[in-house]
Amino acid sequence: MFLWVIQRDLLLAMRQRADVLTTLFFFIIVVSLFPLGVGPEMNMLRIMAPGVVWVAALLSSMLSLERMFFSDYLDGTLEQMLLSPQPLSLLVLGKALAHWLVTGLPLVLIAPVLGIQFNLPMDSLLVLTASLLLGTPVLSLIGAIGAALTLGLRGGGVLVSLLVLPLYIPVLIFGTGAVEASSVGLGASTHLSLLGALLLASLVLTPWAAAAALRISME
Amino acid sequence: MLKVSDLECMRGERSLFKDINFSLEAGELMQVNGPNGSGKTSLLRMLCGLAIPVHGEIRWCGNAIRSLDEEYHNAITYLGHLNGTKDNLTAIENLRISSALAGNEIDESEGYMALRHMGLGGCEILPVKVLSQGQRRRVALARLLVCRTVLWILDEPLVALDSAAVKLVQSLLVQHLDQGGMVVMATHQDINVAAVITKRLQLA
Repeated sequence: MFLWVIQRDLLLAMRQRADVLTTLFFFIIVVSLFPLGVGPEMNMLRIMAPGVVWVAALLSSMLSLERMFFSDYLDGTLEQMLLSPQPLSLLVLGKALAHWLVTGLPLVLIAPVLGIQFNLPMDSLLVLTASLLLGTPVLSLIGAIGAALTLGLRGGGVLVSLLVLPLYIPVLIFGTGAVEASSVGLGASTHLSLLGALLLASLVLTPWAAAAALRISME
Repeated sequence: MLKVSDLECMRGERSLFKDINFSLEAGELMQVNGPNGSGKTSLLRMLCGLAIPVHGEIRWCGNAIRSLDEEYHNAITYLGHLNGTKDNLTAIENLRISSALAGNEIDESEGYMALRHMGLGGCEILPVKVLSQGQRRRVALARLLVCRTVLWILDEPLVALDSAAVKLVQSLLVQHLDQGGMVVMATHQDINVAAVITKRLQLA
């Protein structure tokens, strides 16, 4: 059941590859603009890198949030999901995971390549990737609440950014903190454990909140 | 089995309907009539539990549907204005996925059989976006063939269907009611379902 939802969303993403690629290219372009804009100052780039990559990841995750429930809302499949005998929160969890697989995982995989543009050393690249791996699912999960709340509203896309971006701040702080800590030799494990804790907490809490929000939006 | 008492629906400040009372037993068909905007869809959405009535209660086997929730969803199939099909999936994928989401996994051959029965032979592996409006409706209706639910809540099921498909739906309803099922249906067309108990609800 849970797997059916994931399988369905992945199948749909395969048929509409443009949607997936826009997010990825947005991420690549935003990250690449900074070395071009700031200039080839190696030290400055290295300091900026984690923040730039993370902010770009937040923005590109925002870009695709609106679509998470909207197309299902338009064609009536969301209505059918609400009437499913399975718990709605489980379905929402499935949709959020599918969203992450389609929009988050590609960013994690491309991030080390982009990090090279910023002259990041090898271990910082690893920590950056690890922090993205732990942090980007949280973005999809928290985003699901925002997407559910703004479903069917005019200008929902802007509203969802205003609702969700402040909630992303902890992920941003610990994600960039991990890379900075490892580059000054403090070790990234504290920040990464905190990111892991955020991931676990949002795995438990956000599907439930998003399901409640969906019920309200669909009424 | 299904019992509705003192149901009231508000749209903004305006009351769409109030004091709706009826009950439905096994083998009965309830036809909801009324002009546009009289609240047929709102009533059906309340019966599914998608909308909450401002006043009144809906009970299924003696329990309020709010308290049953997922257990109640196991007993109903709702077909709304929207077909609930994804444009980019094929007819067979749509049928199998929507059935699975409704808690009733079907295998491929069962799906093909249902689609052929609905007159969609040859369209099974076409994406739904290339099908006509009536064919899309048939894909949605094919769910009724494979589902194992007791109560069907149908909102204008005959829209966009040709006369052959209307007959098909009629026979489907008769079969379902014969087996002790229940149907609540909103429609403008007079549907001819012989030899079953038909109740009528007129919304002002």
